[in-house]
Amino acid sequence: MKLNAVDERLLKEVAQLHTVPSGAYNIRKNGQLLERNSLPGINIFSKKDRSGIDVIVDPDIVNQSVHIPVILSEGGLDDLVYNTFEIGENSEVLIVAGCGIHNDSALQSKHDGIHEFYLRKGSKMRYVEKHYGEGEGTGERVLNPVTKIHIEEGATAELELVQIGGIDHTKRVTEVYIGERGRLVMNERLLTHKSQQAVSEVTVDLQGADSSGEVLSRSVAQEKSLQIFRISLIGRSRCKGHVACDSIIMDQADVRSQPELCAKNALAELTHEAAIGKLAGDQIIKLMTFGLSEEEAIRVLLDGYLK
Amino acid sequence: MISLENVSLKFEEEKGIVHILNDISITFEPGKLYVITGPNGGGKTSVAKVMMGIHNPSSGKIILDDQDITSCSISERAFKGVRYAFQNPPRFKGIDVKWFLKLANEAITEADISLILKKIGLCPEEYLERTVDAGLSGGEMKRMEIASVLLSKAKVAILDEPEAGVDLWGFEQLLNLIIQSHHKAIKRTTIIISHSEKFLKAADEIIVVANGKIQVRGNYAEIHPLIQEGINCRWRKVCLEEEKEDEIKCGR
Repeated sequence: MKLNAVDERLLKEVAQLHTVPSGAYNIRKNGQLLERNSLPGINIFSKKDRSGIDVIVDPDIVNQSVHIPVILSEGGLDDLVYNTFEIGENSEVLIVAGCGIHNDSALQSKHDGIHEFYLRKGSKMRYVEKHYGEGEGTGERVLNPVTKIHIEEGATAELELVQIGGIDHTKRVTEVYIGERGRLVMNERLLTHKSQQAVSEVTVDLQGADSSGEVLSRSVAQEKSLQIFRISLIGRSRCKGHVACDSIIMDQADVRSQPELCAKNALAELTHEAAIGKLAGDQIIKLMTFGLSEEEAIRVLLDGYLK
Repeated sequence: MISLENVSLKFEEEKGIVHILNDISITFEPGKLYVITGPNGGGKTSVAKVMMGIHNPSSGKIILDDQDITSCSISERAFKGVRYAFQNPPRFKGIDVKWFLKLANEAITEADISLILKKIGLCPEEYLERTVDAGLSGGEMKRMEIASVLLSKAKVAILDEPEAGVDLWGFEQLLNLIIQSHHKAIKRTTIIISHSEKFLKAADEIIVVANGKIQVRGNYAEIHPLIQEGINCRWRKVCLEEEKEDEIKCGR
């Protein structure tokens, strides 16, 4: 696999990859397949009708990982992929996705990843998706991921969705459909600055009896950036759902948070909490009493908050 | 050694100027353990915050080891060895106990952190990875706050109501730790703001602050009779009389 220094840095940022991963992987660079590795029980195929891959994890495959990072290192790219994941019954896998864009040009670089997951009975998936942008060019770095997850009976999905700077525009759409005794835990972390704009639309549809869904979103909006969160919980059965949407607003930023609860069954228990506020002055002062400067204290607070 | 020289503190509020500290002068000697006590709202915490640089005095000077630190920032004072444990410590999302205590003193090892946790009555295995947020009780936060000062290389350690929120069993442990730590640290000035008689007994000197002034100083034997006769009533009475004088002066 031929990787230059920029590629290596992007892979490290989005997928914590310092070398070729040990598990299954599919690395995509500038709209093309760079390298792929399937494993016994985990097969990765190119789609025949459009751009993207099918990742098939057989039943009862445990303690395995699949890395599918995407890197864009040129301006003017408009990359669209459709990836489908089939997680077999009682399998337990870690899937690390993510997209890193390096754009030194005046042209826009864009990647739209349309991901659809089918978690079969009793399976467990931990999904980590990180977005990262860099480069000196004036061309925008744009990411618009769409994630649809179907959680069958007794299956669990844990999502960690992180975007810490460098992306000018993003619209993330996440839809999760949860069956009987299915479970979702979603953690979202977002940092925007300059004039960046980020929209996150999440719908969690609790369809099956005793299903549960928890969405925890933390964000920091700096300078003139804009963040919009629309998070909707739908309870169609005896189920539990909770949304916690917490944002720190700084400078001239604009943050809008719209949690929505929709109960269609008297046994649905849905709760939400949303808070937007500035960094607490007493926290900054406390850290300054340790000898940190005000700037260092703010950095530590934001690092901890978004950890 | 830290001194306040003619320090006054006032804030401008909607209803007018509020005088918090009125021309306070005092020197805290190295190696001594002081307790500042007095009625609520009398100015005890303000004395501490002026020393730490959280409040800037309206007039007067703060001197640390013959150096005027009045214009120094909070961070600069911390570097010079002034440390302060808050009365109501703030909580931090995402910062765990290990990280928090490392921020207080980056030179300490994980073994040091475990040791101090044991000394404040918290099991290291259980607490090292816990975040310093709403998951900790008020008493646990308070112990963590005190630990953050005691494990630093403070020349001047200021502890604001260390007993607040701590259970009876934990309090004895904390009391012993604070006193031991004071004696172990050579030439450290320890200043405790407290209403606890146990701290008063342990003090080399007790300073009663009320109505923004030092009302009386002395050792336990000298101050104890005042407590017996109801120190709050006594100083409140002083305050009321002064307020009356002010009203007369202002023609109200």
